[in-house]
Amino acid sequence: MDVHNVGVSTSPVELEDPEVDDVTELASPWVTIVWNDPVNLMSYVTFVFQKYFGYAKKKAEKLMMEVHEDGRSVVSTGTREAMERDVQAMHEYGLWATMQKADRP
Amino acid sequence: MSGFRRHRRSGASLATFTAFEADLLRSLAGQLIELLRNESATAGHENDSLESLLDFSGPTTEPDDPVLARLFPTAYPEDEEAAGDYRRFTESTLRDGKAGAAAAIIDALEESGLTPTPVDGTFIDVELDEGDALTWMRSFTDMRLAIATRLGVEEGDEDYWLSLPDDDPRAQVHGIYDWLGYLQETLIQSVH
Repeated sequence: MDVHNVGVSTSPVELEDPEVDDVTELASPWVTIVWNDPVNLMSYVTFVFQKYFGYAKKKAEKLMMEVHEDGRSVVSTGTREAMERDVQAMHEYGLWATMQKADRP
Repeated sequence: MSGFRRHRRSGASLATFTAFEADLLRSLAGQLIELLRNESATAGHENDSLESLLDFSGPTTEPDDPVLARLFPTAYPEDEEAAGDYRRFTESTLRDGKAGAAAAIIDALEESGLTPTPVDGTFIDVELDEGDALTWMRSFTDMRLAIATRLGVEEGDEDYWLSLPDDDPRAQVHGIYDWLGYLQETLIQSVH
């Protein structure tokens, strides 16, 4: 991500182990993944996660930092149809998103 | 050069552009629309057969142009068939949305007083409600993705662009890219 236009400073967020909800896991076999790109601003990526998914700022920033530092982040989990909607929304916002089955590495 | 600011009472995002800046934005939005319409968003019509001419469904393969390929990424990287189906049902809609957002920028600039031939020394004031601001943000993103793809922008390459001589066209284009980033950043802050 482009870190050079950042006017709002983003303090590092501690990454916690993701909590796996077994029931959700079974009923939600697909994930939407957002990939890092050199263009989108950190503030914009955070904003999109808040705006579209309705995530709290802290969660949106955590996901954004995962994209930035790990190169990718799982941003939503759900049915295949729901993930197709999420991927399409991410493409509307200009984020690079893909989807796959949740059990894949 | 100034970016967006928040109007305290109404919460609107305000910006004042020079006629030159507004004209540049209009030109970039116009180029984006051209690009989106340039390469057909429908399935390839290789022949004039009845089936081919009546096939109104969307494309199933990634666009050849690298900018379009970035604007419309492959949703299923490892499943060609699913990727084709997804693209068939989404790419035309996405193209229309992106072209519509760029057109909204042009309309807003012209409604705010940008004339066909911009007059030196005049200013264009724009006022965006939150919905407009989102539309502009999406289109700024598309413009930045397009320019970055053409230039070959990579993570952490700012020193390279700064090292180019001022009269290098790539340096000038990168300057426009940075300006769009500045507008984007201030616009995001203005709606927060």
